[in-house]
Amino acid sequence: MQLSLIRDVWITHNQPDGAKPGHQGHKSMQLIPRLYYKIRKWTKAIQLYLVIAGPGLVVMIADNDAGGITTYASTGAKYGYHLIWFLLLLIPIAYYVQEMTVRLGAVTKRGHAEAIFDGFGAFWGWFSLIDLMIVDWLTLVTEFIGMTSALSIFGIPPWATVTGVVLLMGTIVMNGRYWTWEKIAMLFCVLNLIYIPGAFMVNASVSDILKDGFIPHFPGGFNGELFFFLMANIGTTIAPWMLFFQQSSVVDKGLQEKDIPWGRFDTLLGSALTVLVAVFIIIVTGTVLHGVEIDSASQAAEYLMKTNHLVGTFMAIGLFNAGLLGAICISLATSWAFGEIFGWAHSLNQNIKEAPWFYASYFLTLITSGLVVLIPGAPLVLITLFVQVVAVTLLPAALVFLILLLNDKKHMGDYCNTTWDNWIGGIIVLIIVILSSLYGISVLFPNMFQ
Amino acid sequence: MTRSFKQFAQKIRDINQRYNEPHIEMSTAVRWSLMVLRVYLLFLVSLMIYKFITLLK
Repeated sequence: MQLSLIRDVWITHNQPDGAKPGHQGHKSMQLIPRLYYKIRKWTKAIQLYLVIAGPGLVVMIADNDAGGITTYASTGAKYGYHLIWFLLLLIPIAYYVQEMTVRLGAVTKRGHAEAIFDGFGAFWGWFSLIDLMIVDWLTLVTEFIGMTSALSIFGIPPWATVTGVVLLMGTIVMNGRYWTWEKIAMLFCVLNLIYIPGAFMVNASVSDILKDGFIPHFPGGFNGELFFFLMANIGTTIAPWMLFFQQSSVVDKGLQEKDIPWGRFDTLLGSALTVLVAVFIIIVTGTVLHGVEIDSASQAAEYLMKTNHLVGTFMAIGLFNAGLLGAICISLATSWAFGEIFGWAHSLNQNIKEAPWFYASYFLTLITSGLVVLIPGAPLVLITLFVQVVAVTLLPAALVFLILLLNDKKHMGDYCNTTWDNWIGGIIVLIIVILSSLYGISVLFPNMFQ
Repeated sequence: MTRSFKQFAQKIRDINQRYNEPHIEMSTAVRWSLMVLRVYLLFLVSLMIYKFITLLK
C-alpha cells in the first residue's frame, strides 16, 4: 500500500509532457533538448527502480551466503579460473527461477507457503512448511558457523559474535518498517562486493582469466570430483529458502502487477551481481591458492592473509557479511511462511506488539541456531552436510509447485506461464532437480561418484 | 499449558480444514507431476533411512 502510494505520487509529479499521447513532435526538437529529455527520462526510470528495487537484489546477493563463499573459494582453489564459464551459465538459471516468484507474489499477493497450501492442499502444504523450517534452521546454523569462524580470525570469541549478531538482527527488524529493513539489507549487499577490490589486489592475469575462464571446458576431463564441484555450485546458487523469501518479500513490499517488469529487472541485476561476486572470489583463490586444498572460506582467508594481509582480511569480512546477510533473509523466510499459514500478523511494517508471533518465531529460529554453534563438540560438520541432503527433499517439490502454480490460469490470469516459459522453466527445473538430487546422494554416499 | 496445547491443536485442525481441498485445477499434468513428486520423495526418504541404518550398523 505504502509502495503503491509512493509510486503513484512519483509518477503523477514526474510525468514529462512529451510522454503524453499526441505530444510526439520530437522531430523538430533540437539535439540538446532531446538529450536533456533522454537523460531526464533515464534518471526518472532509475529513481522509480530505486523505489521498487529490493527483493530480487537482496535475495540473490544473500544467496552468496557463508556456504556459498566456501563453495566458490574451494572451486577457485581447486580449478583456478577454469569454471568461471560455468558460473556465468547460472545467471539465466537463477533469474528464470526467481522471476517466477516475483510474478506469483505480485499477482496472488500470497507467499509461497500459502500458495502451496491453497493450491495443493494441507498435505503438501505441511510437507513444504516443516521441510522449510528444518532446512532454514540448519542453514542458519551454517551461517553462524561462517560468521563465528570469520570473526575468530580477528580474535573475537564465538559467544560475542553470536550475541552481537542476534542483537544487530533484532535491531534491524524491529524498526517497524519494511522499507528501512530492506535498505539496511541492501547496505550489507553492497559490502558483499568487497571481493571485487580483493581480486584487483592479487594481480591476476586478465589474459589467463579470459583464456581459461571464458571458454567452456572441463579441466582434467569430466570426472566424479569435478561433477561434485559443479553440483555444489548449482546447489548454492538455487536454494529452497530463496523461493519462499522472495515471494513473501514481494508481498510484504506491496509490489503489484504493473511492477513486475521492474521486479524482473531487479532479479536479473541481482542474479548478475551474485555471479559476479562468485567469479571474483574464484579469481582471488584461483590466483593465490590454486592447488591448495580448502575446506572452508575462513581457512582460505587465513591462507590469504599469509600472502596478502589485506586480501585475507577482505575475505574474512566478506565471509562474515555473507553469513549475516544469509541469516537476515533465511530467518525471515521461515517467519513469513509460518505467519501466512497460522494467520498471524506477519509484516515488517508491523511492530512487535502488532505481530508478536512473527517476531517470536524470528528470534526463536535465530537464537536456537546461534546457540548450537556455541555447544562444545556440536556436530557442525554433520549439520553442514545434512543441510544439503534435506534441501534436496524441499527444492524439487518447491520448484515443481512453482511451475504448476504459474500455470494456474484461474489465479494468474494474463501473467500465467506461456508455452515458451514452460519449456525454459521446465528444462531448468529438470536440470536443477537432477543435479541437486545427485549432489544430495553424493553427500549421503561419498564414494558413489569417485 | 494444556490449554495452550489444545488451542494449538485446534489451530492445526482449522488450517487442515481451510486447506482441505486443493484449489488448483487438477489437470492430468498436475496429477502426474504430483505422483512423480511422491515417488521421488519416497525414493529419497528410503535412501536416507538406508544410510541411517547402515550408519547404525
